[in-house]
Amino acid sequence: MSKILEGLKYSESHEWVKVEGGVAVVGVSDFAQKEMGDITYVDMPEVDDEVEAGEEFGALESVKASSELISPVSGTVVEVNSELEDTPEKVNEDAYGAWIIKVKMSDPSELDNLLDAAGYKALIKE
Amino acid sequence: MKYYDKLIFELSQEGRCGYSLPVNKYPAAPEVPSALKRQSALRLPQVSEPDVVRHYTNLSQMNFGVDTGFYPLGSCTMKYNPKINEEMAALPGFNCLHPLMKDELVPGVKKVYEEMNKALAAITGMHTFTFAPCAGAHGELTGLMLMRQYHLNRGDLARTKVIVPDSAHGTNPASAAVCGLEVVEVKSLENGRIDVEALKPLLGPDIAGIMMTNPNTLGLFETQIQEIASLVHGVGGLLYYDGANMNPLMGVVRPGDMGFDIMHLNLHKTFSTPHGGGGPGSGPVGVAKHLVDCIPAIKVSGFHGNFGVILRAYAYILSLGKDHLQKVGQYAVLGANYIKECLKDVYKLPIEGVCKHEFVFDGLINDGAHDDVPGATTLDVAKRLLDYGFHAPTIYFPLLFHQALMIEPTETESKETLDAFIEVMRKIAAEAAEDPMILHEAPHNTPISRPDETTAARNPILKFQDTL
Amino acid sequence: MASLPYLPQTQADVQAMLDRIGVNKLEDLYSDVPAQFLHKGAYALPDALSEQEIRDYFASLEAMNTRLKVFVGQGAYDHYTPSVIPYLCSRSEFLTAYTPYQCEISQGTLRYIFEYQSMLCELTGLDVCNASMYDGPTAAAEAMKMAIACTRKKTRVLLSATLLPHVVEVVKTYAKFHGVEIGMLQADGGQTSLSALKAELAKDDVAGVIVPSVNRFGIVEDHSGFADAIHAQKAVLVEYCDPSALAVVKTPAEWDADIAVGDGQSLGLPLCYGGPYVGFMTVKKDHMRKMPGRIVGQTTDKEGRRVFVLTLQAREQHIKREKATSNICSNESLMALWVTIYLSLMGPQGLKEVNKLSSDGAHYLKAELLKTGQFEDVFPGQPFLKEFVLKYKGAGSLQEKLEKAGYFAAYPTEEGYVSFCVTEKRSKEDVDRLVSIVKEG
Repeated sequence: MSKILEGLKYSESHEWVKVEGGVAVVGVSDFAQKEMGDITYVDMPEVDDEVEAGEEFGALESVKASSELISPVSGTVVEVNSELEDTPEKVNEDAYGAWIIKVKMSDPSELDNLLDAAGYKALIKE
Repeated sequence: MKYYDKLIFELSQEGRCGYSLPVNKYPAAPEVPSALKRQSALRLPQVSEPDVVRHYTNLSQMNFGVDTGFYPLGSCTMKYNPKINEEMAALPGFNCLHPLMKDELVPGVKKVYEEMNKALAAITGMHTFTFAPCAGAHGELTGLMLMRQYHLNRGDLARTKVIVPDSAHGTNPASAAVCGLEVVEVKSLENGRIDVEALKPLLGPDIAGIMMTNPNTLGLFETQIQEIASLVHGVGGLLYYDGANMNPLMGVVRPGDMGFDIMHLNLHKTFSTPHGGGGPGSGPVGVAKHLVDCIPAIKVSGFHGNFGVILRAYAYILSLGKDHLQKVGQYAVLGANYIKECLKDVYKLPIEGVCKHEFVFDGLINDGAHDDVPGATTLDVAKRLLDYGFHAPTIYFPLLFHQALMIEPTETESKETLDAFIEVMRKIAAEAAEDPMILHEAPHNTPISRPDETTAARNPILKFQDTL
Repeated sequence: MASLPYLPQTQADVQAMLDRIGVNKLEDLYSDVPAQFLHKGAYALPDALSEQEIRDYFASLEAMNTRLKVFVGQGAYDHYTPSVIPYLCSRSEFLTAYTPYQCEISQGTLRYIFEYQSMLCELTGLDVCNASMYDGPTAAAEAMKMAIACTRKKTRVLLSATLLPHVVEVVKTYAKFHGVEIGMLQADGGQTSLSALKAELAKDDVAGVIVPSVNRFGIVEDHSGFADAIHAQKAVLVEYCDPSALAVVKTPAEWDADIAVGDGQSLGLPLCYGGPYVGFMTVKKDHMRKMPGRIVGQTTDKEGRRVFVLTLQAREQHIKREKATSNICSNESLMALWVTIYLSLMGPQGLKEVNKLSSDGAHYLKAELLKTGQFEDVFPGQPFLKEFVLKYKGAGSLQEKLEKAGYFAAYPTEEGYVSFCVTEKRSKEDVDRLVSIVKEG
C-alpha cells in the first residue's frame, strides 16, 4: 500500500503539492516512486524558470525508464532541491520529504483543479 | 568464457613500449610555441605488443558473437557474417584510397557504388540510393531530411508533422525530433496492425509523411498497406520505410512496390556485414524517382559513408545473386514461424497467425508465481538463456506488451540449432513453473552475474581515471 | 549458378518445419501479403558468384584504382596501422557481437569501450566520453544540437570558417532541419578571429561556438580568451580536434572547452576511401546528461566483482523516444576498439613520436618547396604540425602534375591554396622526390 498524506493536493500525474503561503512545494507521490523503482536521477529546472500547470518541468529517471514531471501549478521556480542531484534515492526513501521544486504561484486558483487525499486514493485504486 | 579482470591501464609499466617507428631523418622542426603546447601529462598505457595481444584476446573471451552461437535478437537480424566479405573489404587497393581522390582515380570504387545502387534498387524497388548514412538511425534521419526537402522544394512549408505507429522502433520518433518534425503517434489494433480508422483523422496538409516498418516490430505484415499508402499520398504526404525489418521480404516483396517513397536499409542486418559490437554499420537510403533531386542538398557524413561496410555487403549480394535472394526471405520466415509454433503452448502468444522474420511473446504462460515468490519475468528468461549458451532475444520491446520477448532466428540457422533453442526455452518454462528463483538468480554460468545497474547510474564511474 | 554456403536447410528440414507450422509450402508463409505485392519474375541481379569468382571480381575492381602516395590530409590522415590492430579486431568475438545489451556475455566489448572512453578523456582532458559517434563531422553536428540543449532560449551556433569544409557542410545540414541558425566566424591570418567572435557573441543569441584546435590550413590555433568570452554569454565552447595531435597541443580542457569532438581516424584507421571512421565526443561533467550516444560505466556484480554496463540510458532513444537528445544507437564500436588498441600500442611516447616525425617531415617539405621559388608562404610564422598550405605560383594544376608522378598532393583549398600533409608513413626519399618533381616543372 502506498502512503498518501492528508492535507496535500495531488495531480493525476502523481505529483503532490503542499501550499506554504503563495508558494507551492512540489514532489512526487509514494505511489509514483514505487512505480518508478530505484530512481537514479532527478532532472530539475533552474531557479527563475517559469513553469506552467500541466506542462513538463523535469523528469525522474531509473535505469530503464524516464518519467516526465508535470507541474501541478503555474508560476516561477524559487527553489530546487539540490540535495537530489547527488542523492536521488531520497525520493524512494521518503517521497513526501524529498520535495523537488518550490513554485511561486501565479494563479493559486489552479489548486482547485487538484485532487485531495481521498480523491487521489480513489485514482490509484490500491 | 572466463572472467578476466584487467584493464589495459593496469598492465602499464613506465618505459615499456608497443610500437616501432622509422628513424627520423629530417632536421628538427621548431616546436609548437609553449602557449599552444599540451601542459598536462598524457597517462596512456605503456605496454608491450604481447601485453596488448594477450589482454584483448582475454577480453574477447568474455564476449558472445554470432560465431559463438545462436543470437535470436529480435529486430537485429543477427545472421552469419561471411568471411570472404572481410577479406574483400581489407584489400589494400581499397584501403589505401584517400576519400578526396577524384573519381577518375578510383573507377573501381565508383563501380562498386554504381553496382550496389543498381542491386539495392532491384531488391527494393526504389530508384536511387545514397550511401552517406553510417547506421540505421542515421539512415532514418537522412530519409526524413529528404522527406522535408521534398516538401520544401515544392514550397509546401506547412508539413511539420510525421506519423509514427506506437509499435515503432525508438529511433523513429527520435530521428523525427532531430529532423525538426513533430511526432504524431498512431495506435495499433488488437491484431497488432496500424488502426487505419485512427490514422484517417490525423491526416491533413500539415503531415509530411508516415514512418512504417513492414512487417512491423511484431513481425506482422501490415495487410492494409495499400490503403494506408493511398490515404497518406492522398493528403500529399510521403511514406517512409524503416528497413530494419527488410530481411523477410528479400526476394519476395519490394517496399517500392508497396508505395514507399523513401527507405533505409541496414547493411549490417539484412546484408550480412558484422555488427562489430555496435558498429560500424551502414544505412543507405533509397528514394523513388520524384525524390532523386533532393539528395545533393543533404550532406550527413564526412565523405562517402562507410565504404568498407558497403564493400562487404556488395560481396554478399554477389554471392546471393538473383538465385538465392528469395531463400533468404523465405527461410528467415520459416525459422521464425517454426519456433513460434513450437513454443506457443508455454509462452504467451498475444497475436495468432503467420509471422514474418520475427515474433513477440508476452512472457511465460506459467511464470511460477506462488505465495511470496514473484513469477519469472521476461528478463529472467533472457538471463537464464545465457546459462544455456544462447544469446537472449530482444526484451521489453515493442512497448505494446509488458513482458515482450522478441525472437528473430534468421535464415542462417539450421533446424538442429532451432530445435536446441526450442528445447532450452521449454526447459526454462518448466523451471519457471517449478521454481522461479532459479530464473531470478540467473545467469549462473556466465563470466559475471547480474550487475548493480542502479549504482552505476547513480554514481557514474565512466573512465579509469575516476577510480584512481 | 554457384551454391550459397550460408543456408543450412535441407529439403527434409524445410518440409519438417512446414509440417510443424501446418502449411504446405514456403509461399504459404506469405499468405497475409496482398497478391499484387508479391514480386513476379526474376530480380534484376547478376547470377550468384562462387567465392573464387567474388575474389577474382574484387581483384579486378581493386586493380582499376590508382594507388598514390598520399600527401593530403584535410580530415583523413595516412598514419601507420600496426599489424596487431586488424589481427585483434578481426577476432569474431568482437567482430560478430551486437551492441552489448546482455552485459553478462559482453564484458569484452564493454571493457574496451570503457578503456576507449578513458583514453579519449585523457587525450582531451575532459570528464566524460561516449562510446563513439559515426565520424568527426557528425560528432560536431551532435555537439551543435547539444549546445542548443544545454543553453535553452539561445538559437544560434557559430562555426569557424577555419573548420574543414566537410565538417561545416554536415553541421549546416543537421542545423537546417533541426531549426538551428548557423553563423560563420571569419578567419584572421589563418586563425579564428577573437574580435569576430566577440562581435557575434554581443548579439546575445549564441548557444555554442565550434572552433578547430588544428585548423584546415594545418595551423595550431590560439584560443586565448575564447572560453571567457563564450562563457560570459552562457554559451558553450566546442573544440574540433585531431586526437593524434592532442598528444602535443593544448587540450580542449586546457582551453576550458565544454565539449570536444573530432574524428578518431588519425589514430591508426586506414583511409579506406572515407570510412568506416569513428567520431568521438567528450564533455565536462555538467553536460553529461545531455550527451548523445551510449556510455559504459563501472559497477559490481552480485559477487562484488568489477564489471561494466551500459549506463545513463534514460537519455537514449529507446527510452525517451522523441524526447531523446539524439537518435544515435549503432555507433562505430569496432573502430573504437581499433583506436583503443592503437593508443595502447603507441602509448604517450609513441604518439608524441608520430607527431614529431610527421611535423618534422611537413616542415622539411614546406621549406624545400619554398626553396623552389614556385610558392608563396601565405601564413608565415603560424605554427603547424603535419599539414600546411601554400600558394602555388606556377602554371597549370600542380595536383595533376604530381598525380601523374604517383603522388596525391597539393590538394586545392577554396581560397586557391594548395594543401600538403606529411605523416610518418612518408619517407624522406618520398619527400625529396616530390620536391624534385615540382622543380622539374
